[in-house]
Amino acid sequence: MTDDAGIAVSVEGLAVTYGGPTAALEGADFSLPAGSSLCVLGPNGGGKTTLFRALTGELTRLHGAVHVDGRPAYLAQTERTRLDFPVSALDVALMGSLANGRWWLPARRSDRAAARDALARVGLADRAAVRFGELSGGQRQRVLLARALVQDAHVLLLDEPLAGVDPASGERIEALFRELRDEGRTLLVSTHDVDSARAFDRVLCLNHTQVAFGSPSVALTRAALERTYGDEIVVLDDDGSDGPVRAVTVQHHHH
Amino acid sequence: MDLLEPLQSGIERRALAEVALLGGFCGALGYWIATFRLSYPAESLAHGLLPGLVLAALAGVPLLLGGVAGVAVAALAIALAGRDPRVGSDTATAVAVTGLLGLGGLLALSPDAPARLEELLFGNPLGVSDGDLIVAAALALVGCAALVALHRALGAVALDADGARALGIRPTAVRLALLGLLAAALAVAVQGLGSLLVLAILVAPAVAVRGHVSSPGRAMVAAGATAVVAGVAGIYASHLLGTAAGASVALALCLAAVIGTALPGRDKSRGSAPAAPTDAQAAAARARGGAPRSRPSQ
Repeated sequence: MTDDAGIAVSVEGLAVTYGGPTAALEGADFSLPAGSSLCVLGPNGGGKTTLFRALTGELTRLHGAVHVDGRPAYLAQTERTRLDFPVSALDVALMGSLANGRWWLPARRSDRAAARDALARVGLADRAAVRFGELSGGQRQRVLLARALVQDAHVLLLDEPLAGVDPASGERIEALFRELRDEGRTLLVSTHDVDSARAFDRVLCLNHTQVAFGSPSVALTRAALERTYGDEIVVLDDDGSDGPVRAVTVQHHHH
Repeated sequence: MDLLEPLQSGIERRALAEVALLGGFCGALGYWIATFRLSYPAESLAHGLLPGLVLAALAGVPLLLGGVAGVAVAALAIALAGRDPRVGSDTATAVAVTGLLGLGGLLALSPDAPARLEELLFGNPLGVSDGDLIVAAALALVGCAALVALHRALGAVALDADGARALGIRPTAVRLALLGLLAAALAVAVQGLGSLLVLAILVAPAVAVRGHVSSPGRAMVAAGATAVVAGVAGIYASHLLGTAAGASVALALCLAAVIGTALPGRDKSRGSAPAAPTDAQAAAARARGGAPRSRPSQ
């Protein structure tokens, strides 16, 4: 499920804008092999969602190049979805079949079968008829993963998928992430949880520009994190060396 | 009473057919208008198109042309008014729409105008011609076909516009298509129901069925059926009680909305805390005890 080079996502010298001449994000330059996982770190407004929107082709490119293997799936924070909209878990998974481009036709029987299979894979076969808004946050995230499976996306963009998810659901979702990578799918996950970044193949630190990119041991240094988060970062186990550190971000309340 | 009695008069037969045709489509469309929170824009367009209707009546051209031109001008005026950042777009829209409504009144109340302002404002389903019925039937046919074709894309955008975009659906195009259907519905329906009351057939059925439906498809069918039943009931009520037909239809539709809201629904989350208490509690617990939440002073 990749091109010949085995590269699922490549971004070269990218600068994008929401409209005006100023870039919302610039200097993005990285590539990911198929089946790998990337953790995208950065403060609020630092460009995490902007990067995802650039990868879906929504934003205007000022310069640089983007290549994505196939049409990426985008999984919003489920709190940003319309929870009072009367659709079942199966209906949402079935939306993945819209990616075939024939949106004006009713869903085919094979699409429904694919949606049921996808729900079963994320462990929600018995919740297929439950209204999306009545599921827990973790279950909703799994339904969105099922939608991405029906879409058969090779590249998945996940916006803070574990925010507000209980630990048991979180472990289940992380196990699913591993399965998806084993199938050769590539995951880009934005998060505020700096500590969780150690579990990824690659880490990308953004603060309007690309601050650091590489394996966790390369990108999670004190210097990189301080350039990414400014005074929002608290380093926990600084031993004075230049290696990776444990750190958490704190919310500053400006008055 | 003889239930078929209104059917013996051609006037009332046409009125019943008109509200049934318009109700079926406008009720279904109204579900999406309500879902996309377009009720206020819809009301603004309906009121703002009055000058177009009045000018058509004065010039003796078909009201449909006046309705179409009126919607276009109203949409333009609202779009332009909303661009001024010094005034909020709600307020600017209200001023623009009141201005258009006043202009319509001014034109209609000029000494040489035919006395039809009341009909243009409050509607007169009893005044529809065979030509009006053909237009309403064409709207219902084309409009319902468009809704059937669009409803999966509408649902995907309503749930999650960013996710839909990643599926290859263009949310802006979908919203524009919905607005186009709204403009067509208003231009046609305003002739029978009037500039002030036409909104009832779009929005009230959606309010009546929300909370009782398990899918957007069922909501469209239920809202369309509710509009047809309430519209027909309104015509019957006006026949029995001797009340104004347009106002009777509007009141019957709003009564349906009140009844639908009062009935116990299947929407369990309504009125209670949002779903997912376990995750919410987990997040709250993490916020209390997990990551440090020190707040350094600035």
